[in-house]
Amino acid sequence: MKIIVCAKQVPDTNEIRINPETGTLIRDGVPSILNPDDANALEEALKLKDQYPDTHVTVVTMGPPQAQEMLFECLAMGADEGILLSDRAVGGSDTWATSNAISATIEKIGDYDLIFGGRQAIDGDTAQVGPQIAEKLGLPQVTYVMEFKIDENKKDITVKRQLEDGYEEIKIQTPCMLTCIKELNTPRYMSMAGIFNQDKKITVWNAADIQVDLTTVGLKASPTNVYRSFTPRPKGKGSMVAGDTEAEIATNLIVSLKKKHII
Amino acid sequence: MNFQLTKEQEFVRKMVRSFAETECEPIAADIDKEHRFPVETVEKMARYGMLGIPFPKEYGGAGGDHISYAITVEELSRICASTGVICSAHTSLCCWPIFNYGTEEQKQKYLPDLLSGKKLGAFGLTEPGAGTDASGQQTKAVEDGDFYVLNGSKVFITNGGYADVFVVMAMTDKSQGTRGITAFIVEKGDEGFSIGKTEDKLGICASSTTELIFENCRIPKDRMLGGIGKGFKVAMSTLDGGRIGIASQALGIAQGAFDVTVDYMKARKQFGRSLSKFQALQFEMAEMKTRIEAARLLIYEAADRKDKHLPYSVNAAMAKLFAAETAMYVTTKCVQFHGGYGYTKDYPVERMMRDAKITEIYEGTSEVQKMVIAGSVFGK
Repeated sequence: MKIIVCAKQVPDTNEIRINPETGTLIRDGVPSILNPDDANALEEALKLKDQYPDTHVTVVTMGPPQAQEMLFECLAMGADEGILLSDRAVGGSDTWATSNAISATIEKIGDYDLIFGGRQAIDGDTAQVGPQIAEKLGLPQVTYVMEFKIDENKKDITVKRQLEDGYEEIKIQTPCMLTCIKELNTPRYMSMAGIFNQDKKITVWNAADIQVDLTTVGLKASPTNVYRSFTPRPKGKGSMVAGDTEAEIATNLIVSLKKKHII
Repeated sequence: MNFQLTKEQEFVRKMVRSFAETECEPIAADIDKEHRFPVETVEKMARYGMLGIPFPKEYGGAGGDHISYAITVEELSRICASTGVICSAHTSLCCWPIFNYGTEEQKQKYLPDLLSGKKLGAFGLTEPGAGTDASGQQTKAVEDGDFYVLNGSKVFITNGGYADVFVVMAMTDKSQGTRGITAFIVEKGDEGFSIGKTEDKLGICASSTTELIFENCRIPKDRMLGGIGKGFKVAMSTLDGGRIGIASQALGIAQGAFDVTVDYMKARKQFGRSLSKFQALQFEMAEMKTRIEAARLLIYEAADRKDKHLPYSVNAAMAKLFAAETAMYVTTKCVQFHGGYGYTKDYPVERMMRDAKITEIYEGTSEVQKMVIAGSVFGK
């Protein structure tokens, strides 16, 4: 089986601070990590590889050259191959432009049975890229996958899709795209043998390599405009309106609202 | 000269730090209190290749280097020094002498299981009457046909209660002094071999420290390691490498205590401001950080020399001496900075201070390290 995992290198939001004057993220010195949901996507692929050793797992990402670090980590966890799409022409892409670039990359890889991605990245939280890739590749998709089972024929898949108040059980066939959530599994650590594996295969492609239409990628091709980003003001502490009877509580509430000239 | 870690070494640190914070931190205080050997953690360390780092892949090792191994012991010990020494004793004191002195048959027989962590290793040199003076071995091995018959006992053996393979020194010819000592590979379950008393220790309480007892224990001749009369050399060169492991353990303890104290000082307020705002305390922390970094550089240099097959005994002795003293210095101060809380088991620094002490004692006391270092200055 050939599996593609879509992953993103993101700033570790546990370490992030906001510049109070500009309201933007201070990225200097913030370590980059493998996006957590993408680690779940990779883990599911690696579990399949544990079960069927002839499985080939390719991790695909788009980003600056430093994203090779993240691919190194994925390979040290057990992936077979990493492909980084890195080109100024795709820089500044929004989700639409990103999914154009990634789906062109996947088309260039060509041969695959299954694509796993994380539900969303912790830096943008859009959850759009996975579904858009599936649409552009003309693949059936299931998002929010919390449980995954594949038949021995390696074709019929049953997944549980998490909803706010329950789950859906969905049957789907390869080839397809699944986006994963943290409930799906616990990602493994890198292994020592993986870290010291000398045959790690990381390939860097540019826009010309994937023959993508340059009018569909990059900042200029992105329909999303960030109007403003800001940190919501922290709300003050709430206060309880007390009183012995309902009428008294209501009166106290009215009094306090009037004091603040709200009513 | 290059002071940058390689990409692989950086990833080893990242991996082991995450492993230690996830797997070791939640149980470190409990296993210390219960004096419980963390079998489940050792199994996980095995699964991720942490018990065979600096050995070639052909024997089932990870194909890594000794700096990566030092980083691994350091990062484990930063959270739990007991877990750190399990890795160190197994790797340096059992796997290494078999790898370095074993015949091809011995390597093929023992290394794959040891390096994959399927089996755990230990090392038996110290005896009730032979500590710093290791030449005074009383355990005897007498030739009998295709066997050697071992009689005697060993004490303070790390991993003793849980190990499957032991590298053990015994006297084969007393008239030859240290040249009459020979190393043997002993297996758990060998007839006449048993585990004696388990020590009740001040620190590293979750590690297993036991007595080994040999009563007419018959060891086949093909389990002699390094040749007849070569045991003292096997033991001393093994301890040279072991000291890199123990120095790394000491470094990890110091770093761990330092890190939790930095956090504590930012949060704890007295006289209306955080402890971190008092310059007297800041200067103490600056002193600690400097010593920790100096210890780290001594250790990595010793490990680097070992990887490059350069002489490293004196470097390892200096690294262990300085790292162990740094661990005691730092942990004692860290308990002090925590005040009354630091003296309780609600905070990890009291455990770290208890754990630090052993690093000045085992695998050569600080005094032995000074003998090695002084020997390089004045000759032996």
